[in-house]
Amino acid sequence: MRIKRSFAETAFDTFNYALLALFCLAVVVPLLYVIAGSLSSNEAITHSEVFLWPVGFNLNNYDFVIHNRVFWRSFGVTAVIVIVGTTINMVMTLLTSYPLSKSWLGGRKPILLFIIFTMIFQAPMIPMYLLIKELHLLNSIWALIVPGALSAFNMMLCITFMRSIPEELFEAARVDGMSEYRILWRIVTPLSMPINVTLILFYAVGHWNNYLGPLLYVTDPAKQPLQLYLYNLISQFDMDSAGGAASVLELSSKLTPQGLQMATIIVATVPVIIIYPFLQKHFIKGALLGSVKE
Amino acid sequence: MSISTVAKPGGQADAPKKGIWGYVKRHRAFYLMLVPGILYFLVFKYLPLAGSFIAFQDFNIFKGFSGSEWVGFKWFQQLFEYPNFGRLMRNTLIISLYQVVFAFPLPILLAIMLNEVRKMAYKRIVQTVLYLPHFLSWTIVFGLSYMLLSPTNGFVNQLIGRADDGIAFLQLPDYFRTIIITSGIWKEMGWNAIIFIAALAGISPSLYEAAKIDGANRMKQFLHISLPGLLPAIMILLLLKIGHILDSGFEQIYQFLNPAVFETGDVLDTYTYRVGILQGQYSITTAIGLFKSLIGFVLLVVANRISKWTTGEGIY
Repeated sequence: MRIKRSFAETAFDTFNYALLALFCLAVVVPLLYVIAGSLSSNEAITHSEVFLWPVGFNLNNYDFVIHNRVFWRSFGVTAVIVIVGTTINMVMTLLTSYPLSKSWLGGRKPILLFIIFTMIFQAPMIPMYLLIKELHLLNSIWALIVPGALSAFNMMLCITFMRSIPEELFEAARVDGMSEYRILWRIVTPLSMPINVTLILFYAVGHWNNYLGPLLYVTDPAKQPLQLYLYNLISQFDMDSAGGAASVLELSSKLTPQGLQMATIIVATVPVIIIYPFLQKHFIKGALLGSVKE
Repeated sequence: MSISTVAKPGGQADAPKKGIWGYVKRHRAFYLMLVPGILYFLVFKYLPLAGSFIAFQDFNIFKGFSGSEWVGFKWFQQLFEYPNFGRLMRNTLIISLYQVVFAFPLPILLAIMLNEVRKMAYKRIVQTVLYLPHFLSWTIVFGLSYMLLSPTNGFVNQLIGRADDGIAFLQLPDYFRTIIITSGIWKEMGWNAIIFIAALAGISPSLYEAAKIDGANRMKQFLHISLPGLLPAIMILLLLKIGHILDSGFEQIYQFLNPAVFETGDVLDTYTYRVGILQGQYSITTAIGLFKSLIGFVLLVVANRISKWTTGEGIY
């Protein structure tokens, strides 16, 4: 059964679909341009011949990035932060969320208010910096892990999810003599897997993309994470960040800074693009969970 | 909350010990689990907030928090008399205002547009593409912008046919705010639409059916059903944005900023970083932070009252 639609409606639909396509194009074009540039030859870039398709296809830029020690050092620092940081994040989140998901627990309301307060009044930059300094965490990767050990927002998501687990399960476990710690580890954590995956992805992407932390707390080049390395490479292209003096000769003959920067941007983006399908599957659930009021 | 009337978990009906301590002891496992989290928030959230008191001190890193001299409102006075303070405030407010005027309505528009799409596959593809930039870091977004806007052979200069004598967009004060707003929209428009998409999905279909029977066309349905359904979400997010009017996004602005565009781009946060962290003037920059929190709090309270009075929506 088809209802005949008015001309105005058809026109609106066409316009609507076209505008949405235009938005998508606006997102994709910058990425395509940089991918095309990173795969193009030196001459094609300097003569502005590259648009959205590689000209003079070659992998020289990538070859340089893959063999760039400084790049991999920063990549390694970031990888360690992602793994250690996310593990600590999850332990802290589960440990704090489980008691707070018990609506009968005395003192729950004030503790929740105590935490929500920190979501509205964020820690100011300078006192935070002085605190990290006092704790002797400057120039340590712990300065990028410990100050963000627990996200109040993610904890709220976790609490909301845990509240949906039926209380009878816990009672049965308690009758069997399980301690609360074992219940958390053996029952609550496996049952919370959907939200755990979402939170792991949120935390991991947060660590991967962290730029502010390293900018404030890390000045030692040997400990600079990927985002800081990338920013220095783009904003002040110097031979140190490009991989040392030995590469200057090679650089001038085959490569341009621009091609190299483009290839580095792409390599640093790839991990996020790879996990994006998983992210997409889980994050909407998380984002929606957050909008449900308790 | 009275403790004696609360339902207790099974198997623990014995309650010989009385009072709060008896209760805490009985459920000590739960309270022990909370200890690391509470300590974390105390140390890394409350302590820095409390540390703002150095705005009233002549803080010296060698004398420490207790040894530094108290100077009252000296730093605030100095701040307001600082010749560039006007520029910092103007830039911060204008960028925030542009964000409210241009960046804020777009996700709402996008949600409405997606809501009108009947082909589910098309809708899914659009969503997948538009959510992606949220997961890219500001560094990546800056890198992409840097390449697109490059004066020598950037995409935009090619597009406007000035590949030979390109415009150095990132070096010109006139373009700075436009670039900040545009790159912000590029990164967050899709993600910020999610909450509005959810609000639209939450509207009962029976409302639309009833409206159709009454002869309402799609425009009428939108005006009288969709828009009122979106209003609570719109007002709450707008209020939160107003409360953060002096936070125009440090991470983003810092990366795009360079001395050539300080005139239009230097904001309170970037100044705080330069003068506080790089030059070690801790007290005056803490005063900026305190000033920002205070203004944000007052604006939030005022805006919330106005919103409650006019639309009946509020965050508390």
